[in-house]
Parts: sequence; structure tokens; C-alpha cells
Amino acid sequence: MKPIFSLLSSDLVSQIIEEAFQLLMDPGIKVQHQEARDLLVGAGANLDEDQQIVRIPESVARETLDTVPRQFILYDQAENKAVQYGGDAVHFDPGSSGVNVLDPETLEHRPAVSEDLIKVIKIAEGLPQYDAQSTALVCSEIPKEIGDLYRLYLVLLYSRKPVVTGAFRAQNTQTMIEMLAICSGGRKALAAKPTAIFDVCPTPPLIWSEFGAQNLIELARAEVPAQIVSMPLAGVAAPVTLLGSVVQQAAECISGMAIHQLARSGSPIVWGGAPAIMDMRQGTTPMGAVETALIDAAYAQVGKSFGFPTHAYLGASDAKIVDYQAGMESSTTALIGALAGINMISGPGMLDFLSCVSPEKLVMDAEAIAMVKRAVEGIRVQTDPLAVGMYEGIDFKGEFLKQRLTGELFQKEQHLPSPVIDRGSIRTWESAGRTDTFQRARSRCQELLGIYQRPALPEEQERELTKLVSGLAGRAGLDHIPTFER
Amino acid sequence: MNEDIYHRMTRSIMEGEEEEAVRLAREVVEAALKPLDAINLGFMPGLERIGEQYSCGEAFLPQLVMAGEAMKGALQVLEPEMIKDGVGRELAGIVVLGTIAGDIHDIGKTLVGTMLTVAGFKVIDLGVDVPVVSLVEAAQKEKADIIGVSALLTTTMTNQRDVIEALEDLDLRAKIKIMVGGAPVTQAWAEEIGADGCSEDALGAVELARSLMAAGKRSKG
Repeated sequence: MKPIFSLLSSDLVSQIIEEAFQLLMDPGIKVQHQEARDLLVGAGANLDEDQQIVRIPESVARETLDTVPRQFILYDQAENKAVQYGGDAVHFDPGSSGVNVLDPETLEHRPAVSEDLIKVIKIAEGLPQYDAQSTALVCSEIPKEIGDLYRLYLVLLYSRKPVVTGAFRAQNTQTMIEMLAICSGGRKALAAKPTAIFDVCPTPPLIWSEFGAQNLIELARAEVPAQIVSMPLAGVAAPVTLLGSVVQQAAECISGMAIHQLARSGSPIVWGGAPAIMDMRQGTTPMGAVETALIDAAYAQVGKSFGFPTHAYLGASDAKIVDYQAGMESSTTALIGALAGINMISGPGMLDFLSCVSPEKLVMDAEAIAMVKRAVEGIRVQTDPLAVGMYEGIDFKGEFLKQRLTGELFQKEQHLPSPVIDRGSIRTWESAGRTDTFQRARSRCQELLGIYQRPALPEEQERELTKLVSGLAGRAGLDHIPTFER
Repeated sequence: MNEDIYHRMTRSIMEGEEEEAVRLAREVVEAALKPLDAINLGFMPGLERIGEQYSCGEAFLPQLVMAGEAMKGALQVLEPEMIKDGVGRELAGIVVLGTIAGDIHDIGKTLVGTMLTVAGFKVIDLGVDVPVVSLVEAAQKEKADIIGVSALLTTTMTNQRDVIEALEDLDLRAKIKIMVGGAPVTQAWAEEIGADGCSEDALGAVELARSLMAAGKRSKG
């Protein structure tokens, strides 16, 4: 009895899909990658060679969609099932690729360094609300040439959870797959029990860049899961209407899935995105806007109508500090995404249009996620009859606390938040130092860092991994990669 | 009496098994064993442990209340025996509790009673809608150190003052402390009516009762 939230009528879903297929023919999709074009043409698409425009007939596209796996699993480093893509499962992971961190003391946004990413990984590792890690921060002291794979290196050293990641340049995709394969015991083992998923981005509107298409093909062939992150920007790089943007997201995803499945049919891929509306006063792209969340919920419904696994970017805020706006935007959008049954929701921990990560916010968002997950579980029938029978001996007194059933069932009915959420009396609050949520989150961060234990990566794998990354760092002009306490 | 029965007593309280606690208490009486040992070595440690677990967030209200009920059941069997023997258990203090006349709100006051019991107080809970005279009579009869008066309505809150005035009329005010509580009650109100203190919640009420006992330090007969 999941309270799944359906925004669209089935007629509207059909119309969205129909129009998406129309877009695939007119104007078509710009595919800036030779092999991707060849794959599509080989399957029956038409090509305008000069313009790099591929027109994909519905029948051709539909055939490729048939082979997309409707569900798959991400595993942790101990080969336990950790994330279920497909169906109505809902998971969260921290937002990815922030460049700044919010300093909890000065409240300044400063460029992130390795220590910051390690801190975020350690905190996310201790929070069960996050079923996966992300490569949350780009480390400013590391050469850009290896920025993407270096983030993955740190996650592999410090976490057991599966990871949502992505490459910044085409030649690094293979290296990152190789790094994962080292930890899994080879590429076959990695494909059989994938421990990571790679975000792959089309360029709005309706473009698969050389890099994006290359990524799709390489991931498909490695059978490492790919996650399409379509980014219609309503009113700028997509139609201003929410439904117009949903149609564009569908067209970008369908064309991406076609390229991917033609490279290797049956490889896992996810229908996802990070759309936004455009704020017409500020010229910014608010991730915390409720319309942004509505686009996500709507395209997820479209993806689910095919039976595809889904992803979205929600649970983030555009506030600059962790204030009321941050909490309101993050929890509202997280709730909408969860009610829409989106399999993986990325974004928690993030501020300022996905550019800043706050470890404290990550901790606070975990509390929101716990509430959201409780909401999605809905109301369960714990007893039958529902109430009749619980009044024995009550005699019109408020003495249900004395009933054995109360003790047995309250934890099944109620989610107990961590001390980040204040539900004490004013006396308790005053005697605990009159703290606000941010201060309590700071304490919780310290507590999580205190109990964190680095997972034991087999020595040989760690050596191999470090050797690979050091070699690439050397070529990128970095004498030695930073070393950290183990 | 062996270790095993103490252990079972402790467990009966921790698991909130009132029937088991009462059964074990009767076993003590039937075997003519010392009730005081049963309380101090058997039942009370169970209550203390649940209290500790509650304060650090490992146990919750239902367990605490069930443990309190089990303890009450055991004490009802054992206390008459101790009176017969002329021994008393060591108490943190004696508290008479009630929600004031005209008010039927129960929950906050009941929690205060449970928490005080856990903290080693003897609690006589007179329930709700308690007339002033009943509170005062019970306090005299039980040789109470403290009367705790709860009120959840601003309209009944004013009746808390009547309890204090009644104690003054009977010349008992110096002997018996008054704590007041309930949603509308503030420190300023407590001071205005001449009460000895108030608390926002049950844990605060225990602290308050302890500090009133320390301040009073009068010896009981």
C-alpha cells in the first residue's frame, strides 16, 4: 500500500511518449559521435550527415527499448545487494560533483579538497539513509585531468557502499571501470555484480555530444550500469512548460537508451535526469523549486510506464547556508521524488544550485529522508480489529502506555529520529545548550566521524588501485597523490 | 534467597511483567524471606536499569511505564509485610501526586509519577480531579515530603494556589514542599502562588524533587 503519487493521467503519459517519438523524427537528435551515428543508422535510423542529425523512427527506437533491463541490483564491496533499480524501490545518495564545501564555522563556501571529500564519504558511510555513496566533491588541489577518477579512488578507499559516479572526460571512463574491476576481482565479476553506476548526460536540447555518446557505448560494452541524466532547462534549453520539458527528457532518454542498447543489448541503463526550471528574475536554475520536482515526478511516471528503472536529482537546495529555505526545499522535493517511486534520488547534502556540499546538511537531510521513507511506507494494518479490543481495562483513562501492545508496536508505527531532530521539552532544550538544528548536526557529524572505521580493502587491491591512480597523477603533473591516515 | 530469584525479579521489572513480579513477591512472603532484600537486590535494580536505559535513549516510555507498573505490583505485596516487620525501605522521598479538582488531564502527571518511582521515591498517585482536601489528607497520612499538583487548563491552574493555602491553614507548609506542573504552568506562576518549584517535563520534575529533598533535609520518623 505504497502511496505512489501519479501526476499524469494515462492519456497524458501516452501523449508525452507519442510526442517524444515525434521529436526523434523531427527535428531528430543531434549525435556528435561517429560510432553512435553508425549504430543508429545500422538499426534503421536516417542520417543527415552534414548536420550530424539522426532521425529515429518509432519502430527502431521501440525495438531497442525492449532490451533495456527492467531491473538490476547494485552491490556493495562485500557483494551484498544494496540498491534495487526498478519497481517502486526508493533510494537516496548524496549529491555529486560539488566544487565547494560550506565551512561549518565561518559559513563560507570554499573550494573542496581531498579531506573534505573523505569527510563526506565517512559521514555518508555511517548514515543508513544513504544506500549508495556518490563522488560528492571535486577536489580542487588535484589536476583536472584526473579529477573524476581521483574522486572514485577516494570512495573506493573509504567506503563499502555502491557508488553513483561519472566521468568528466571520455578517456577516463575506461580507467574508472578498471578501478572498479580491481576492487571486484575483474571486469566479469564487476559486470555480474556491479558496484557503481555512471551518470551520462545528454546536452539539452536533444544532443548527444561526442563525450556523452562515447560514455554510453563504453559503459554498455563493459556492462557497467549507466544512468541518463537529462537536463531540460524549462524556458531556456527546453520548452517553458513542464510537460514540454518532460517530453524532451523522454526524447533524450529514448535516444540515449537506443545508442546504449545498440552497443550492447541488455546492458543496464536508467531513465533519469536533473531538470530545472529557470528563475526568470535571477537567471538561475533552482533545484529546490517545486516545479523542478514536478518535472521529475512526471518523467519518472513516463519511465515507469515502460517499466524502466528511474533516477532524479532532488533533495537539494539553492540556499547558501543550511537554513529554513534549505530544509524546506530539500525535504519537499525529496518527498515528491519518493512518492513518485523514483529508484535513486541524488542531491542530499547540496546547496547553491548543486555547487556546494555541506556535511552538516547531509546529516540533516538524512533525517528528512528517514521521515520521507516512513511516509512512503504508508499506514500498515498492525492489528485486526484496528482498535476494538484495545480498550480493555482502559476505563476512560489515558493509560494505553500500560498496554503490552503499545511497547510491542510503537517502534513499528513510529520512526524515531536521531537527536538532530529536537522533540524535547523546552527545559531539556535549554539544559542541552539551546542548540539549533545546524549545531546538533555538527555534533552528529563529529559523532559519526568518531565511530567511523575504514573498511578493510585487501592490501593487494589497494596497492594496485593506488599504483594505477599514481601513474595517471604523475602524467597529469602531480608528483605524488595525497596520502591520508588509514 | 539465591542469586537466581533476584535475577528473575530484576528481569520481571525490566520486561514489565507485572504478573511475574507479583508472583515472585508472593514467593518471598510465603518463604518468609526478607522483603527489603527482595526490593533492594531484586526489583529495584531492574527499575534503575530501565531508568538508565531510558535516559540514554535505549528504552522508551512504554517500557518505562510497564516497568513502573510491575514495580508497583511487587510493592503492593511486599510493603504490608515490611510494615508488619517494622522496617522501611530507603526512599528518596515521599510524594503525593494529583491533577487538581476540575481537571481530568492525566498523562503528564502519570509520567512524573513513573519517573519519580524509578528515581526511588514512594509515589502516591491520587489520579485526576482531586479535591484539595484529599491531597492534603493523603500528604498527612503518608507523611509526604512533597505534594505535586498538575493542571492542564488555565482555568484550573488557579486551584493550585488553594493547595498551598490549605497547607498554610493547617500549619503544614514548612514541612511539605509543593511542586506544580502542567502545560500552562510557568516558573513565574509557581513563584506567584508561592510554590517551591515547577518543571516542564517528567525528567525535570525528578530533578526538582531531588533538589527539594536536599533543601528540606528534614528527617522522617
